[in-house]
Amino acid sequence: MIPALLNPERFMAFSRWAAPMLGLIALVLALGGLGLDFAAPPDRHQGYSVHIMFIHVPAAIMSEVAYVCMGVAAFLSLVFRQVLATAAARAAAPLGAGLALLALVTGSLWGRPTWGTYWVWDPRLTSELVLFLFYAGVMALELAIDDEARAARAAAILALVGLIDLPIVHFSVTWWNSLHQGSSLTTPGALPGVYLTPLLMMVLAYLAGFGALWLVRIRAEVWRRRAGALALRGAAA
Amino acid sequence: MSFDFDAGKYAAFVWPAYAITALVIAALVVDSLLRAARWRRAAQTAKPDDGR
Repeated sequence: MIPALLNPERFMAFSRWAAPMLGLIALVLALGGLGLDFAAPPDRHQGYSVHIMFIHVPAAIMSEVAYVCMGVAAFLSLVFRQVLATAAARAAAPLGAGLALLALVTGSLWGRPTWGTYWVWDPRLTSELVLFLFYAGVMALELAIDDEARAARAAAILALVGLIDLPIVHFSVTWWNSLHQGSSLTTPGALPGVYLTPLLMMVLAYLAGFGALWLVRIRAEVWRRRAGALALRGAAA
Repeated sequence: MSFDFDAGKYAAFVWPAYAITALVIAALVVDSLLRAARWRRAAQTAKPDDGR
C-alpha cells in the first residue's frame, strides 16, 4: 500500500477521503475521551490536576511519532529523491512543532502543582525541548534557503540528525534519575482503568488528528508544486 | 454519566492547559485547511480541468 501511495495521483485519490475520515474519527475519540476524563473522579495523589494528563501525554507521544514520520519521509526524500516524501517531510514539521510545544507547555502547567516548579533541566524535559528546536530548525531551514531543492536536502539532513534525540526523549526516564515519572501507558497497573481508557482514547484521537492534518498539508504541498510547475510552463510558453 | 468540571485549587493550571491546547490545535487545523484551499485554488486556476 505504501509504495502505491508514493504515486502523487494515487495519493491524492486516497487522501481525498482518508483525511476527512481520520478527522471525524479524531473528533469522535476526543469527545469520548474528554467525556470520560471529566466523568472520572479526582486522583488520590494529584487531585484534579490529573485532568492535564489527558492532553499532555497524547501531545508528548505524538510529538515523537510525528518526528518518526518526518524522519522516514526525510530519508526517502534524501536517498530516493521521492517528491511526495519531500512534501510529507515538509508537511510534518509544523504539526510536530505544535505537538512538542503543547507537550512542553501543558507539562510545565502540570509540573507546577506536582513538582512545585514550572521548569527544571530534567533529561526528559530538556530532550523534549531539543526535539522542539529540531522541528523549528527544519522549518527555518526550509524558509531560509531560496533554492527549494537545496532547502529540502538541508532540512532532510537536519531532520535525520534529530532522530538521535528520539531515543533520548523516550528512554530518558529510565536511563537517568528523573523528576519526570515513568511511562504510565506501558507500565502494567500504573493507571487504573478509569484513567487508562480515556487516556488511550485521547492518544488515538491525537494520532487520527495528526494523520488527518498531515494528509491535508501533503495535499496542499502537491497542489503548490503543481501550481508552481504550471506557472513555469506558462511562462516558458 | 455525570460530568465534574470542578478543578478545585488546580483550576489555575488545568484550564490554561486546556485553553492553550485548544488554541494550538485550532491554529493547526485552520492553517492546514486554509493552506490546502489556497494552493488548490492556485493549481485549479493554472489548470481548470484538474478537480482533485
